[in-house]
Amino acid sequence: MIAPTLIFGWGNPSRGDDALGPMLIERIEALLPAHPQWGEVDLLTDFQLQVEHALDLAGRRRVLFVDACAAALDGPYRVSRLRPARDASFTTHSLSPEGVMMVFAEMTGAEPPPCHLLAIAGHGFELGNPLGDLAGANLEAALSWTGRWLTGDKSTTE
Amino acid sequence: MNHSFDLETAQNPSSLRRTVIEPVSRVEGHGKVTILLDDQNKVHQVRLHIVEFRGFEKFIEGRPYWEVPVLVQRLCGICPVSHHLASSKAMDMIVGATQLTPTAEKIRRLMHYGQMLQSHALHFFHLSSPDLLFGFDADVAKRNVIGVAAANPEVAKKGVLLRKYGQEVIRVTSGKRVHGTGSIPGGVNKSLSTEERDYLLKDIDQMIAWSRDAVRIIKQLHCQNPALYDSFAMVPSTMMSLVGTSGEMDFYHGALRARDKDGEVMFDQVSYQGYNSLLTEGVKPWSYMKFPYITALGEEAGWYRVGPLSRVQNCDVIPTPLAEAERQEFLAHAQGGPMHGSLAFHWARMVEMLFSAETIKSLLLDDDLLGDQLVTSGPRRQEGIGVIEAPRGTLFHHYRVNDDDVVTYANLIVSTTNNNMAMNIAVRDVAKNYLNGRELTEGLLNHIEVAIRCFDPCLSCATHALGRMPLDVSLVDAGGRQIDRLIKDDRGEIVQVAS
Repeated sequence: MIAPTLIFGWGNPSRGDDALGPMLIERIEALLPAHPQWGEVDLLTDFQLQVEHALDLAGRRRVLFVDACAAALDGPYRVSRLRPARDASFTTHSLSPEGVMMVFAEMTGAEPPPCHLLAIAGHGFELGNPLGDLAGANLEAALSWTGRWLTGDKSTTE
Repeated sequence: MNHSFDLETAQNPSSLRRTVIEPVSRVEGHGKVTILLDDQNKVHQVRLHIVEFRGFEKFIEGRPYWEVPVLVQRLCGICPVSHHLASSKAMDMIVGATQLTPTAEKIRRLMHYGQMLQSHALHFFHLSSPDLLFGFDADVAKRNVIGVAAANPEVAKKGVLLRKYGQEVIRVTSGKRVHGTGSIPGGVNKSLSTEERDYLLKDIDQMIAWSRDAVRIIKQLHCQNPALYDSFAMVPSTMMSLVGTSGEMDFYHGALRARDKDGEVMFDQVSYQGYNSLLTEGVKPWSYMKFPYITALGEEAGWYRVGPLSRVQNCDVIPTPLAEAERQEFLAHAQGGPMHGSLAFHWARMVEMLFSAETIKSLLLDDDLLGDQLVTSGPRRQEGIGVIEAPRGTLFHHYRVNDDDVVTYANLIVSTTNNNMAMNIAVRDVAKNYLNGRELTEGLLNHIEVAIRCFDPCLSCATHALGRMPLDVSLVDAGGRQIDRLIKDDRGEIVQVAS
């Protein structure tokens, strides 16, 4: 049985604020038992997105991608609705979430499930550094938003 | 002699125009190519600058030795299993495990060949086949996996499923999808259940068939245009790799062998325990990344190439029938001499992917995988060296551990560092042949990137956080004034910045 909701956080847990994605997954995992109203939720992490992650979208009703964001944001996090894209990015060994969605569409001939990106502001990405204080505060704000998203609060995606 | 220093340093760099490409696309980490041109657009100096992360060793030192095989996976998001296993082999020595149990060694081998399969599949189907299938000058929107998927849905699908299968082998053997803990000092912490073995066996014949298809694709491309494929980014070089005791290809364990650029064996069955006298890690003032060379040959003549193109030509035989047949075809195409054109990396890489798939099958049919003798040990030691053939080439891990079990010294030579000089030579060859007197276009720049991608460099796990600027091209005149600059953002949009 495939859980209808997938949250996929990616990043390197040992590279400072790059850990934001995996840490949000850890926090949600701890909260799941106390929140049955969220329904069945799959939680996945990896260092980066890759082509095989397109297969993880199959059978989902909604998907949330979570990553640290090195660019300046207006607030602690930014949420955006994602569309499959013929990704022309030069993204090294990693795909963008839009690219993962497009791989899914090309492989299956079907529309991917609704996907959102939760980009959490990060500031330092050095190997061996812990999560920074500012990023930690951003994580708390993003966690609160994720809880509301999981309950189906429509304002989270409008 | 290897022509290592041609075009490395111009005679009069201050009077030359500078073209900077930063970073190199679809290459992990940061890479920057600097080309100095004179007023007639003749190439005078070419350097590949790789901004290697320098903190590996400090990240490891001070940690308990038993944490290291798990910890080092976080050095690199591209080949964590290679670091996991190389460090495990080094820590085997620390705990005195000179001979692993059959179950432990075969579980590790299965994990490693799963890693090779998924890494090679990703590189061919995702990173390089777009260049090869569409041509170097094709529309940039087509030169990625999604472009391949649109034009060749079956090829793209096979790539994804091969990659996924390799990841499943890793998950089953290491216990987790990422950051697995399967390999530990002295052995492994789990074997396979019958259900897990049957689960992996179910699809392995399909993986072998698709791997054969991939070899056919690259072989066909190579043979259709030998003028390009045999000569593009030519790097006549010494080739080094591990080989087994009978000279067979072995990615997990063996001794070091090197052949010169003409294919003659220079040394053989040299224990990697002596790597730090065999090799010297050279430094150059213009590069953060070291330039290893064979000590006895000196810095100029002693550099070497590692990875698939070296391994396939360095071994005497591949111990699986289908891959060995393909290796024979590869050698026949070379007509008796080694192939040094960098595009031959792709052909060799696909032969290795087939070897990996065949090896996974033979391991899965071995009941030792189901055993329960997982760990062994012996007299405690204070120093350990582990070497493995990672997807990109030979990977060295070296540690010293004190009586409190704390790592006091760590030294790593990663595959991409071993190939540093060879990649520089490849870029110089392309710059000489394609950029002299030509307008700087995205297609031409991609020729340089194609050459670098042949090596599948993994530049030490840059963070990938959203918002990184991926490509920055600057043109500076002889007086040092920037006369043009192109920025390509992470969506492939190109922005021209006014001077």
